[in-house]
Amino acid sequence: MEIKKPTIKGIPYEEWKNNDYLEDMVRQLNENGTNVVVGCLDDLINWGRSNSLWPLTFATSCCGIEFMAVGAARYDFARFGFEVTRASPRQADMIMVAGTITHKMAPVLKRLYDQMADPKYVVAVGGCAICGGPFKKSYHVLQGVDKILPVDVYIPGCPPRPEALLYGMMQLQRKVKLEKFFGGVNRKQDKE
Amino acid sequence: MITIEPEKIHKALADLRSEGYDFLRSLTGMDWGEEGLGVVYHLGKTTTGENTVVKTATLNREHPELPSVCDLWKAAEFNEREVYDYFGIRFIGHPDMRRLYLREDWVGHPFRKDYDESLNPLRMTNEEPDDVTHHYEELPDGSVIKKREVIFDQDEYIINIGPQHPATHGVLRFRVSLEGEIIKKLDVHCGYIHRGIEKMCESLTYPQTLALTDRLDYLAAHHNRHALCMCIEKALGLEVSERVQYIRTIMDELQRIDSHLLFFSCLCMDLGALTAFFYGFRDREKILDIFEATTGGRLIQNYNTIGGVQADIAPDFVKKVKEFIAWLRPTLKEYHEVFTGNIIAHGRLDGVGVLSREDAISFGATGGTGRASGWACDVRKRHPYAMYSKVDFKEIIRTEGDCFARYMVRMDEIVESMNIIEQLIDNIPEGSFQEKTKAIIKLPEGSWYSAVEGSRGEFGVYLESRGDKYPYRLKFRSTGLPLVSIMDTVCRGAKIADLIAIGGTVDYVVPDIDR
Repeated sequence: MEIKKPTIKGIPYEEWKNNDYLEDMVRQLNENGTNVVVGCLDDLINWGRSNSLWPLTFATSCCGIEFMAVGAARYDFARFGFEVTRASPRQADMIMVAGTITHKMAPVLKRLYDQMADPKYVVAVGGCAICGGPFKKSYHVLQGVDKILPVDVYIPGCPPRPEALLYGMMQLQRKVKLEKFFGGVNRKQDKE
Repeated sequence: MITIEPEKIHKALADLRSEGYDFLRSLTGMDWGEEGLGVVYHLGKTTTGENTVVKTATLNREHPELPSVCDLWKAAEFNEREVYDYFGIRFIGHPDMRRLYLREDWVGHPFRKDYDESLNPLRMTNEEPDDVTHHYEELPDGSVIKKREVIFDQDEYIINIGPQHPATHGVLRFRVSLEGEIIKKLDVHCGYIHRGIEKMCESLTYPQTLALTDRLDYLAAHHNRHALCMCIEKALGLEVSERVQYIRTIMDELQRIDSHLLFFSCLCMDLGALTAFFYGFRDREKILDIFEATTGGRLIQNYNTIGGVQADIAPDFVKKVKEFIAWLRPTLKEYHEVFTGNIIAHGRLDGVGVLSREDAISFGATGGTGRASGWACDVRKRHPYAMYSKVDFKEIIRTEGDCFARYMVRMDEIVESMNIIEQLIDNIPEGSFQEKTKAIIKLPEGSWYSAVEGSRGEFGVYLESRGDKYPYRLKFRSTGLPLVSIMDTVCRGAKIADLIAIGGTVDYVVPDIDR
């Protein structure tokens, strides 16, 4: 059996911006073929996991307020399975790094990430988390969380709009749909 | 500005204190290069609203030492630690001379003009909790000795809250010593979101510095930028048109409502009332829509500019604002029904975390927190700016000083803000929304201070220029720093669960504390 293209209800496949890297992942996963029984189990697990990603309540600054706005009534990320935010990293599936990470905070963030149970995902929200953003020249700001954590999705903006946050979170769902939990190795894309 | 020798500074300030200067508005560390390292004190009288500025400097760069003024104003406690952190000035007689923002193993002091950035690479080791601190004491013969001071004893039961905790509203960290459930002592750790904005401003041109102010206290983005614009306009001698004053005032008040709605939502969520959280955010989105139509931004708007505002108000701005006010008035009643009258809310808020008026003034805890303790500290009334001298509004003051008073002050301020907007919204005069300025803005030599009433207190900007297109030193009087500095005083004797209610009602925003 084959691993299918990652689709999400509501948005047609062609309308997604970066399909090529996901298609690349599909190709890599399909290279050695998949057992039908194991593949079906994988499908089931991926379906469940991608629709119940629980984020950690983690926000350092401005982006955190937008993250709260996405959780509140108008945008409501519970519609897409992000349901509840968890205050403990041990119960969370993903960490949304919303806001500037400073030198003092970096070891704390790393520790939070280490405390999360596998499989875990990281979303870098906003300019600060991606590369330092407006504070790039500061003496106390980490120049992007990808220096210390493996990042799955980047959401640019300062702060990103709630729609952008939702789009980014759904991109993560598509990525989660392409994992092999049985009979395969989970791949993280190598840095080129 | 009065300049006083460091030997006489403590005596001079004590004299001013007994004259009635009971409010330390701002304490700014300075590096004047060859003129030495020093401190600028902004003092105010709460009775008459008079202000004075005092400065002092020491020429010793190796071991700069100045007398502490902690015994005169409690606000100096955190501010002097900040100055020590930034400039390495040691304050003799300060009980706790630790760094405030940076890690203890940080090398050098970043705000000195000769600071070498390469000394401090990213350190990924975990920080050790510090149970002891030190202070400096001057002996009668003039020599200074370092003395050890214990914060927490070996056998004390210490709980760590934060930096990752949903109820600290960001990355603030408390270490709390408990006896059963009662808080014996609380130690605040700041700096987890210290972004060095003030230092960055020293290498940015004036229009560029504006962009960073919005990101200080993002729930007072308009206020912060308004303060800096006012300060630069004051220095340039630039008068903005009346239209701009109207727009700025209305935007400030909308921002205040926005912030107070978020305060309401978050406080309710901290106390476990999730429905109220959704109510608050639902209505807050309506303000954000109004902001978005005019400024293009939701949270960070970048709207005020030097000499005006970025863009004229949107065509349907007036209509939308009126619709919003008509909507919010009855909704506020609903809020009070849902939450204010709730017996659990009363149980959690009444009589909890009482801050006395004297302490509020001494710590400089302005804004809703100060007004709940009976201190009339509203900058809009004391030093009116923009249109505030022309509008009629009530300064909400309560005397209880407890959590419930702090909550009610903010809820009532929403109503007052709506009254202010209603008085202005129909009469926005015609005119240009942006005065012409030079392409490269250079300020004359000198120093200026201007303040606005932010969402949570007095937000001040102290600007010192040497005639360049960059500021020589730009200091923001944080609204949040005095608010966290009261936490130890207010929380002592309260229960650990009350810490959440107190933190929620004091309403600090962490990036504003750390800057």
